Order: sequence, then C-alpha cells, then structure tokens
Amino acid sequence: MKLFSYAQATKPADAVQLLGAQTQSKFIAGGTNLVDLMKYDVESPDRLVDISQLALTQIDATDKGLRIGALARNSDVAANALVMKQFPLLSEALLAGASPQLRNMATMGGNLLQRTRCHYFYDVSQPCNKRAAGSGCGAIGGYNRIHAILGSSPSCIATNPSDMNVALAALDAVVQVTGPNGSRSIPILDFHRLPGNTPQRDTVLEANELITAVDLPTTAIGGKSHYLKVRDRASYAFALVSVAARLAVENGVVRDVRIALGGVAHKPWRLPDVEKNMVGKPATETTFRSAAKALLAGAQPHEHNAFKIQLAENAIVRALQTVS
Amino acid sequence: MKQITVTVNGQPHSAEVEPRLLLVHLIRENLNLTGTHIGCDTSSCGACTVLLDGKSVKSCTVLAVQANGKSVSTVEGLCAPGAALNPLQEGFKENHGLHCGFCTPGMMMRATELLEHNPDPTEDEIRWGISGNLCRCTGYNNIVKAILYAGAKMRGEEPASTEPQFV
Repeated sequence: MKLFSYAQATKPADAVQLLGAQTQSKFIAGGTNLVDLMKYDVESPDRLVDISQLALTQIDATDKGLRIGALARNSDVAANALVMKQFPLLSEALLAGASPQLRNMATMGGNLLQRTRCHYFYDVSQPCNKRAAGSGCGAIGGYNRIHAILGSSPSCIATNPSDMNVALAALDAVVQVTGPNGSRSIPILDFHRLPGNTPQRDTVLEANELITAVDLPTTAIGGKSHYLKVRDRASYAFALVSVAARLAVENGVVRDVRIALGGVAHKPWRLPDVEKNMVGKPATETTFRSAAKALLAGAQPHEHNAFKIQLAENAIVRALQTVS
Repeated sequence: MKQITVTVNGQPHSAEVEPRLLLVHLIRENLNLTGTHIGCDTSSCGACTVLLDGKSVKSCTVLAVQANGKSVSTVEGLCAPGAALNPLQEGFKENHGLHCGFCTPGMMMRATELLEHNPDPTEDEIRWGISGNLCRCTGYNNIVKAILYAGAKMRGEEPASTEPQFV
C-alpha cells in the first residue's frame, strides 16, 4: 500500500471540508472494501478522511418509517429490533452477505458504496474500463460466468455485489447525503448507475458528498418479504442471482409487490412497471413466471453466464411462492 | 506518522505509526504477539481475527490508526501463561480442533464473540458463525465440536464425549 495521510473528522461538515481540502482524498469508515482495494493498488488515495467516529450510528423511528444512520454497522442493523420488526427483509439480506467479522466493521454507507466489480477490476494487470477508463474490458471475451446479463454496456459487464442494496431497492429506501452545496435525498433506484460509457462511476454520489442516513418508508404494502440468495456455496460467497421480494396477497390476488434482483446487473435490478402489471392478478406460479420473464426481458448473456437467465427466472418464482 | 494508543489484552500500548500500518502488523510486529496469524491478507480467511471493542474483526483489513483508543483482544489474552486453559482452548485440545493450527487463533477469537452472543448455539449456528473463517485442513467437524464443548463448559454443563473424529 502506498503512503497516504490521515485525518479524523468529528462532524459531517468537517468531514466534507477535510475531503475537499486535498485532491485524491477518500472517506474511510469500516474500510472492508477500501483497504482491500488499496492493497491491490486499485485505489490509491493520497489522503484518507476517517469518518468512523461521526455520530451517525443511530437507528430511529420517524413519522414516515425508519432512519438508519450511515455509520450503523451491518451487524447492528441486522440485529436491531425495529429493523427486524418493520423491515425483516433488510436483516435477512444483511445476514446473507459477507461474514460476521466483515458485518461487524461494514457500515450502511460503505455497503451502499462497495464497488460494483469483477475479478478483472481487482487485477491491475488486466484491462478494466471501470478501474482505468478506456483500457478495455477483460471480462467481455474473457471469463464471465459471474457477470451481468442485464443493463450492461460494451464498456462494462460487472455486477454490484451487495445483498443489502437489493433489499433496499425492494424497500424503496431513500439515501440522505450532504456535501459542500447542501443536502439532498436520492431514491435508491436512482442511487446506483448503469455503466454506459462511464463505468468508473458506480453511483450518482459526487466525490465530495457524504452519505448521512438511509430512510426506509413504512408503506401500506404489508404482506411478507423474503431474500433469496443463490450462490456457489452455502455461505460467504457473492450471489450468482438474488431476489428481494415483498408481496401482499388478498383473496388470492396480488395487492402489491416489489421484486429486486441482485447479481444480474451493475445495480439492483427493479422494474416498477412489471410490479404494477401484477397487481390484481392471481398470486399463482403463472403470474409469477410471467413477471419473471418480463423482468428478464432483453437479458444479454455472455459466453459463460447464460445459465443466469433461467436461474433468475426460477429464483424469482421461488421467492414469490415463499411469500405468497 | 500518527500517535496512537491501543489497549491490547488489557495493557495500553502507545506507538507512532504510519497511517497505512495494518492492525495485524501492529499486533504481530510492534507488540510481538504472533499468535494472530496472517493468512490471505485480503479479509477472506479469518486467520487474523481479533476482537476490537469486543467484536470480532479481520485485523488485516483494519488500519491501526482506526483502533486508536480502542481495546483489542488476541488469542494470547484467552488465558495467562501457566493458568488453566480457557474453555475454548480446552475444547480445541480435547476435540482435536487443531490440525495444522494456522486457523486456530482466528477460530477461537471468532468463537469467543459467537458464544458471548449465543451461549448455547446449535451446530448449524456455529457453522454459520464461523463461515468467515477458513480451515485449510478442512477440519471443520472437530472445530464445531470444540466450540460446542466450550459452550457447554461455559454454561456449567458437562461437555459431550470428546472421542476424536477422524474424517
């Protein structure tokens, strides 16, 4: 790891100011992704601004739902009584991810910002448009079993590895951020980006903005939820495909539904129009499978990952059957 | 350079460190506590697991400066030299939970937090609980038995038979 300087922030405004004071600065919280990337020379900041001591760890009920501080640890959020009662989908997804040790360090904000990536991104001897703009993509034409089947571009076919982000997409979360020009709220579906011609950017967050909280709105959806993660081994592996599902059924008919997919795209994949189209239809496998096919319409597999299309379709059906 | 103070196994230590120094290197090289191992160096294997303010973390992915003002527990803190073995150490000894021994300190520190949160875990809960710790000898069966044994001991119960299982 190359040398860098270090500063500790005590307030969000100081953190933003410290970050702006020197180019090539990055925030560090739990560091579970960033420190690894620095070891591999994928990231090489000149300065780290430590935000881990900011008072952004609380989880509070609000009149609209729940506000989770950006620095709340993944393990604390997963075990929080309010989260487990109101948004068990988030607990389930968090516990499906990483390992206990990583969840003890990783934060809400850090999990939102863990890099969308693949093996080629980590290997600095390989071309990667995400790591080095214009260098090419090693995965296209390379080994691409784990890669995206939806929303990719000729520049990048990496997937976002977070389980939490998939749950947040199904929960209509809103990301609260602050920066030199004030604060703003970003709906989760707008937070992560598709690669397009600029795969270097995973999210719409500006380099000088700090995530302060994640809001989960209480909705009238009710019903049940489930996070189904399909991976190569039982634990401690990224999803090949995952499904965050919420479904409310009344008299055998779909009243409301949310379906978000992980492991298939550069960002959590959700199509609200497909969900709207399910409302009023019978909560049966026929409806679920037809929605699954609509969610996966236009899927473009690469040499080694065509299996993900059928896998995702079946996973969507199974997740919806589990909650119906 | 940055001045930090970290309490390790109850003893405060001050050091002037580069911000890039990893906690595991502070522990092994500055403090000569070499019980904490470095396996993969990329937070995958769990050999470097220590407790940071009571929570298990992978010390190869924690900057030493981020441990400033915090307390760290390492495998050396499980029992004083010459004292009776801690129940986890006893469990690993009685159940042949060590094969080559490389993963053992990390397994024990992870199991320390696991048993604190869940004093009577099922075998499945233990397997999930140590899912971030790799044993390259694949000796998981006896590691799980060792943790079951320690849990029983800590609860004041008689541990199950410790006939070693060779698989």
